[in-house]
Amino acid sequence: MKRLPVLAFLVWVCALFYVGIFLFVGGFLLVRLEVNRTSTCEDVLLPSSAGSGSDFCHAQPRFRRAVVLIIDALKADFARYDPSNLSPRPYENKLPVLDELVASRPAHGRLFTFQADPPTTTMQRIKGFTTGSLPTFIDVGNNFASSAILEDNLIHQLGQAGKRVVFMGDDTWENLFPKKFHRSLPFPSFNVKDLHTVDNGILQHIYPTMKGDDWDVLIAHFLGVDHCGHRYGPDHPAMADKLTQMNGVIRSVVEHLQNDTLLVVMGDHGMTDTGDHGGESPKETEAALFLYSPSPLFPAPETKADPTVVPQTDLVPTLALLLGVPIPYSSVGQVLLPLFPLPGQAEGQGGGPDRAEALWINVKQVNRFLETYSSMAKDIPPDRLSELQAAFARVSAAYLSALHQGEPASPELIRSMQAYLSSVRDTCRASWARFHPVKMAAGLVLLAGACLLCYVLSELSSAVLAEGGVLRAPLVVGLCVAGCVAVAQLSSQGYVDVHWCLAAAAASSEVLFLWRNCRRSNRSSSSSQKGRVAPPRLLSAALVVLLLRCASLLSDSYVIAEGRAVTFLLCSLGLYVPLRLNWDGLLLPPPAPDSQKPPGALPGLPAWVVRREGAALCLSLCVLVGSLYLSLAMHACREEQGGTCQPSPFLSPLARVQDSRLRNMHYLLSVAALAGWTHLLYRWLRHYGNLNSPGVAVVAARWLLPGAAVLTGLHWAVGSAPEDAFRGLAELIRLAQSALPRAACAVLGLGAALLWLDPLTVFLKHRAPAGPHRAASAPPPPPSYRASIGISPQAELHHLIPQLYQRIRRSLEDGPAEGGAGEDGRPAVEAYGLGTVYSAPLLLFAGLLGLGLLLLHPESMAPAFLLLLLEAAALLHIHAACSTLYSQQGDYSKAFSVPWAPVVLWSLAATQFFHATGHLPTFPSLQWGAAFVGFPDGHTGTLLPATLVTLNTFSAHILFAVACPLLLFWPLVCEVRWNRSGRSGGGEESEDVIMEMRLRENPQQFSSALLQLAVRYLLVSGAQVLASVCAAAVLRRHLMVWQVFAPKLMFEASGFVVGSVCLLLGVTLILRVDMAVSGWFKRLLPDTSR
Amino acid sequence: MNYQLNLFSTYIYVCFSRISSLSMWDTEIRGMASAHAIIASSIFMATILPAILLEKFSVYGSHLVWLYSVAGSVAVVNIAVFWLLGISPPTKRHTLSHKVSKLVRSCLYFLLSCLFFHTVVVLYGAPLLESALETFSLAVLLSTMTTLRCLCMLGPNVQAWIRVFSRDGAMSVWDTSLQITTGCSVLGAWLGAFPIPLDWDRPWQVWPISCTLGSTVGFLTGLLVAPVWIHWHRKQLIYKSK
Repeated sequence: MKRLPVLAFLVWVCALFYVGIFLFVGGFLLVRLEVNRTSTCEDVLLPSSAGSGSDFCHAQPRFRRAVVLIIDALKADFARYDPSNLSPRPYENKLPVLDELVASRPAHGRLFTFQADPPTTTMQRIKGFTTGSLPTFIDVGNNFASSAILEDNLIHQLGQAGKRVVFMGDDTWENLFPKKFHRSLPFPSFNVKDLHTVDNGILQHIYPTMKGDDWDVLIAHFLGVDHCGHRYGPDHPAMADKLTQMNGVIRSVVEHLQNDTLLVVMGDHGMTDTGDHGGESPKETEAALFLYSPSPLFPAPETKADPTVVPQTDLVPTLALLLGVPIPYSSVGQVLLPLFPLPGQAEGQGGGPDRAEALWINVKQVNRFLETYSSMAKDIPPDRLSELQAAFARVSAAYLSALHQGEPASPELIRSMQAYLSSVRDTCRASWARFHPVKMAAGLVLLAGACLLCYVLSELSSAVLAEGGVLRAPLVVGLCVAGCVAVAQLSSQGYVDVHWCLAAAAASSEVLFLWRNCRRSNRSSSSSQKGRVAPPRLLSAALVVLLLRCASLLSDSYVIAEGRAVTFLLCSLGLYVPLRLNWDGLLLPPPAPDSQKPPGALPGLPAWVVRREGAALCLSLCVLVGSLYLSLAMHACREEQGGTCQPSPFLSPLARVQDSRLRNMHYLLSVAALAGWTHLLYRWLRHYGNLNSPGVAVVAARWLLPGAAVLTGLHWAVGSAPEDAFRGLAELIRLAQSALPRAACAVLGLGAALLWLDPLTVFLKHRAPAGPHRAASAPPPPPSYRASIGISPQAELHHLIPQLYQRIRRSLEDGPAEGGAGEDGRPAVEAYGLGTVYSAPLLLFAGLLGLGLLLLHPESMAPAFLLLLLEAAALLHIHAACSTLYSQQGDYSKAFSVPWAPVVLWSLAATQFFHATGHLPTFPSLQWGAAFVGFPDGHTGTLLPATLVTLNTFSAHILFAVACPLLLFWPLVCEVRWNRSGRSGGGEESEDVIMEMRLRENPQQFSSALLQLAVRYLLVSGAQVLASVCAAAVLRRHLMVWQVFAPKLMFEASGFVVGSVCLLLGVTLILRVDMAVSGWFKRLLPDTSR
Repeated sequence: MNYQLNLFSTYIYVCFSRISSLSMWDTEIRGMASAHAIIASSIFMATILPAILLEKFSVYGSHLVWLYSVAGSVAVVNIAVFWLLGISPPTKRHTLSHKVSKLVRSCLYFLLSCLFFHTVVVLYGAPLLESALETFSLAVLLSTMTTLRCLCMLGPNVQAWIRVFSRDGAMSVWDTSLQITTGCSVLGAWLGAFPIPLDWDRPWQVWPISCTLGSTVGFLTGLLVAPVWIHWHRKQLIYKSK
């Protein structure tokens, strides 16, 4: 068979898809230019102080020192105190100190709701409230690799002003601000299970530091609350303990405060009811902000006009002006007015600007930033820009004239300055949601072209493969065009835009290929119809379901309810299959031998075979529908679904389950599912005789698979033990937690490696007439094959395979011990497992991979994986039964071609199990716990945890893509089912039963069918990517675009990339097996000719 | 030669039977159209009459009342029409005990079909415990529109049912109309599930109103389409004799 061309075609098609996705994402995901300028003291000179000559930075600031306590994920609800609530939940009423301070000293402290901008991840938030700028979507990707902040920020300004900044807590800061701190005590932040290390580290050092005098600004970032939320959720006693501890911390910090010190207590973001964050729901964005000072902080009593909700960017200018440093260059925040004295009151408040001055400094700084930014980037619309500039001119004229006349600024002026600041902020927010429409359109067109190409390739796979060298011209032309575009860009613009080079290459090769095939198909259709394969069956329904699925991606409601929608479609297509078969009259055996039909026109199956296949079909359908229904119980919930959705109880790790009986039940269920997974695979391999060979692949199946399962079970047992249960064994448990999963992983990896090394599971047994020789090493008597010496090896091969196979069949029935070998002079040789030589290694590989992926999931997800196995088996059997039943109509199975319906079912099942393994296409629902499997102490690098989380997220896509070639083999594997009992016909019929050896006999058809199947799978998944790309492009101004469509696009695209790579892996394994089989036959043939 | 003669005579026979049956066809189609019109009007009556007689009746508000009124009227009219027209399978025995056993079996089949539809609807994602009554009512409605017609036309004979729903299984225009109406009702119920996840907050998006409405509309469409379609394709339709 043609191995390299198949692989080359697939890689090329995948590359086309990748380029399309890359181009679209490059135009769709927003990028904000960073302005690398910094503010200086001269920038904030007030017009009045220009005369008096005093410098802003050297003037007496309002506060000399500040203590900033950042309590990660301190939600606004946590900080509120409601004395009338007599039975508070674990997270309610646990911070009474804030309420006491506000009530007893209203001029000294106030509590606000702190409005964070999405994305609500810690690193983005730290960036936000130190630089004062707005984040863009692309920043989300940087969460693993915190890199230093290059924009002007508060820490930098404090350092410039000579303030000594002392930091302790979350080590993200150390990465963001390297060498910016006077003193820094970072603690590891990545281990979400660790509630206390960071907090206890801070508590050890914070009081001695505060008592000492070598600091001006103290930043302490507590992580316990956030980790507690991630690990247990807010509604857990551990959260009450943590918040009570924080209450004590705030109380004693307040006692340590001096008069010239400002205290800021804030949360960087909130959390959902499950303790996650990252999105933009109110629960995640609303954090708490508490400001307090022993000296009066709020000059005027609280009025209705004062804000209760403070945007997070507003903290930057406020803190800067209170501490007497310039506002960072690219801040778009607005000073918090209630903290500044009214105009004219300033003298009594000891230094610092009054409200009008503060606003004026702020307005000037924002205007300067706007000017710089608009000169660098053209994304702010010009009309909006000129409006803003006009507003600034008006405000500054009014302010300066008021200043010259020596009268305090009027409230109207203050309001107009505030309005100016708000409109700048809104403009920035709107224009940083900016797209590159040309790139998006190009990406869309490329993806659509790739889908079309997939369709053409799947229809013409045999013709294309038969010709050979079809791919060379498109590739060469693509490379040339890319080179030309690069040169043209270099000469005209001076730099190379990778996007356009790739786009040109992909488009030109696509167009060339399509054009040539168009011509070819015209020619071939005029000459003969031979190139056409069997007419597509079930096409209409499969196509309708695929279209519905793609259309559902265009509606936010259906994306939110995606899990159920996909299950619904899968169920519909599954139930349609027998209805359609019955409509064609193929489900039931024909009532009586019909004399009207001319005999011989239809091959026809015996009635009992039809009945049996029909029963198998119905049984598989029941399994399919049952596993679909059960899998609905494993779904997680999106925030948008609200209270109507209950997240599955299987989602939480066992350590979080508090009831010990429930925990034991879950554990037993998981172990049973694990055993089921292993046992089913083992049974299947044994049933088809794949466990007899002494080869290494069999070692993997016999020992490594169960071994890894046992290790996984042990790992779960250790991991689900409650934290404080075995104090004496803590060290041992710790060791086991890291060693067991690593060992399991190593065993699985070893198994996979052995499988690649020698994928054959065929055991050739030479049998002497005298008695069975158990071992293959025993010297066999020369085997007597029927093949005569005179004919060519090729012809020998043809004779050999059926006879080998006949032996296998007999051994399947009689067991390996007995076989009436020599009596009729037939060859005395048996090849166990030859009939499943292709599918067995693939299945084993998928099984090993599945165990590895299961290891990355919470323990309770094991039943979902068992359901996955059952459903995949049901789909395969439905497909096999269908193709057997359809073979009544004509020589349907001869071409090995897999119709659309099973491929669509297979691809939908991958999406369905993405949801049924507890995943959702949203960023907060990523299962970060996967990064800690085998690494309970966290990581140093970022590549490994990112890989683990990716594997965890797309495990369903991976498994279904790897196992996709099984669709090709299964009808052949199931062939034995009806021919085995019908062997009374004798030698004539036994020629039929050669299972997967059929593929070897028709290498051309094998390779074209394999290519066709893989390309169809790529098309079905690619069409879904195309649909979500269309959704993101068309609905880019939709309300839900950043909440629903953009994450869906990212997940769909990454799922496609991961899935296609795994499909290539699966196909490569098949090709590897084919090579090994060729070698095996080569070794066998010299034997026979001897 | 003999074979060709045979073929020729068959051809002549087919032509003659076509010609002779064409007029018969028209009467049959007309009869079916009027029967379908009666059934369709009974659905409208079942909607209008309670609205006049009962206070506070609305299709959405008191949905189950509407549902059972429609189901009841469709059942009664169906049975009456098919009894009057005498389109029922020929029976060999006319004893009373045979009739009673047939009736009992029909009732049992109807109940089983309700349970079957209920199971299928639940497997499609309907809530299992809450609003089980509503789900079951949908199953009853679907059974009335599909199984009851099968029972009326074919009798309690599952094999015949399965046979009817294949491409060349129809043996009369009534069988074809049964295929069309049943397919349309089930398809309507299936399509009715589509608007449920949408966030439009309409009263008809509540489970199972959209599905019952969908199946009713589908059934009406089937009733309307069946005579038209059969009339349109009367040249292509050839029915094997029983």
